[in-house]
Amino acid sequence: MREKSKTHVTLIILVLTILGLFLANRYLDAYKIRIINLSGIYVTLGLSMNLINGMTGMFSLGHAGFMAIGAYTVGILTMPVSMKQMNFFMQPIVPFLANVEWGFLPALLAAGLIAALFGVLIGAPVLRLTDDYLAIATLGFAEIIRVVFTNTQSLTNGALGLKGIPNYTNTWWSWGVALVTMWFISFLMKGTYGKAFLAIREDEVAARAMGINLFKHKVMSFSFGCFFAGVAGGLMAALLGTIDPNMFRITLTFNILLIVVLGGLGKIGGTVIAAVVVTVMMEALRFLDESIDLGLVQIKGIPGMRMVVFSIILIFVVIVREKGFLKRTKGRELTYVKN
Amino acid sequence: MLEVIDLHVNYGGITALRGINLTIEENQIVTLIGANGAGKSSTLRAIMGLVAKSNGKVLYKGEDFTNLPTKDIVARGIAMVPEGRRVFADLTVEENLILGAYTRSDQKAIANDIKSVYDTFPRLKERSWQKAGTLSGGEQQMLAVGRALMVNPKILMMDEPSLGLAPLLVKDIFDIINILRERGNTILLVEQNARKALEIADYAYVLETGQLVLEGPGKTLLEDQRVQEAYLGVAR
Repeated sequence: MREKSKTHVTLIILVLTILGLFLANRYLDAYKIRIINLSGIYVTLGLSMNLINGMTGMFSLGHAGFMAIGAYTVGILTMPVSMKQMNFFMQPIVPFLANVEWGFLPALLAAGLIAALFGVLIGAPVLRLTDDYLAIATLGFAEIIRVVFTNTQSLTNGALGLKGIPNYTNTWWSWGVALVTMWFISFLMKGTYGKAFLAIREDEVAARAMGINLFKHKVMSFSFGCFFAGVAGGLMAALLGTIDPNMFRITLTFNILLIVVLGGLGKIGGTVIAAVVVTVMMEALRFLDESIDLGLVQIKGIPGMRMVVFSIILIFVVIVREKGFLKRTKGRELTYVKN
Repeated sequence: MLEVIDLHVNYGGITALRGINLTIEENQIVTLIGANGAGKSSTLRAIMGLVAKSNGKVLYKGEDFTNLPTKDIVARGIAMVPEGRRVFADLTVEENLILGAYTRSDQKAIANDIKSVYDTFPRLKERSWQKAGTLSGGEQQMLAVGRALMVNPKILMMDEPSLGLAPLLVKDIFDIINILRERGNTILLVEQNARKALEIADYAYVLETGQLVLEGPGKTLLEDQRVQEAYLGVAR
């Protein structure tokens, strides 16, 4: 009975999403559509980071790096041959990529797979670390990727970035991927692997004593997360049309972390809502960055003011509701004993 | 059934165990007693493959377990109730039990075993949908034992099950150990509560600074003058 009503809820959400997107595409202007696209991409990013950080309990800050890999993969693979020649005027692109022009779907899959491959390569040594050490190592990796991309002129066009990436991303792609991510992660968490991830998050020693192969599950969770980060990076590249290495700084990772913390570590529904709310607020609060005229007083605009609002919200959430905005306290859980 | 031969364990430069020999026969309760830092927990962890052995062998029914990874040791039927309970606090009681059966794939038998754990510990059944972190200390210990039973273990190793529990609950825990013996489990018990442990044990080993200093049937050790002075607080 419970399973059945859950399926119904899923179907209703699916139908509402499709209907909503249809109406949005019809009646909203390009700016709003762009926000909807960004929301979808941030849902995917938030969920993929929550899989690593929230559900498996690995404090990773490498998301921007994996997004960069995905973004550049899609950029290079989908860009028309003539456009490539225009882009790479400093140094020609490496020959084996010069004449490639893929469709969007295979390029997105390649973006995810290459990001996941790097996830395995990085994860294998780095996931032996825990907590802060893991955070530092993954952060370092993301920075290394950025610096490498700045200097591999014939592969990524270096600091010039890539321009004229075909704008394949529309609301169907961004939200389609978001829905697939949602489905995949909830499916994963229902099964044995998901249970093992949670066990590792709760207590590594006990998880090992239950016969769970820590290393295998950690690498698995990490590379799944990287896959979706790569795909989302690819969507981002095809939405913006222009990418350069400086887009993928640590602040990008922190925006996603903000979504994960607000939505609640390990919570799928919360992450989706937080992703949409944060993306919309990022735009809605833009007036804070500009000068405000209150008639008598004029406040000079300070760029970045809106981020202060997020900082305050974040502090509030961490102090008052450490489990995210949506945490419902059930009547029977009166105490919380942690050993 | 389980044989530990000349087991050595080092943590960095510190030697925790210097040559331990243990034998555990089927359907026995064997206990390890000793002071803090004597190497009791290290012995269990080394048998489980949770810490590296620098020397020595572990044989189970003649099979060499020495270099087997933990997951394979668990799959062959050795379960551990870790020190300090270590239940998965944010998961429900039932999810904790399901995770105990992680190495098994026989869904029907797993469902049956969950039932039998609930029969043994009715309190857990009442709280099956509650998060493990909200249970009391005694209930968490029951859950830790139940979770280990879900491995369907031939040998159950318990690390300080009475640690941090009120005296009444300590009695409950030892009642549980008795029930487990009647069910046919073999138990390796590590305890600081030496009197209780010796009373219940078929055979006992006394550890001091990483070495065995004494062994014998539980009842015999209870009478032993050295044990009485060092661990039972009996004045001469």
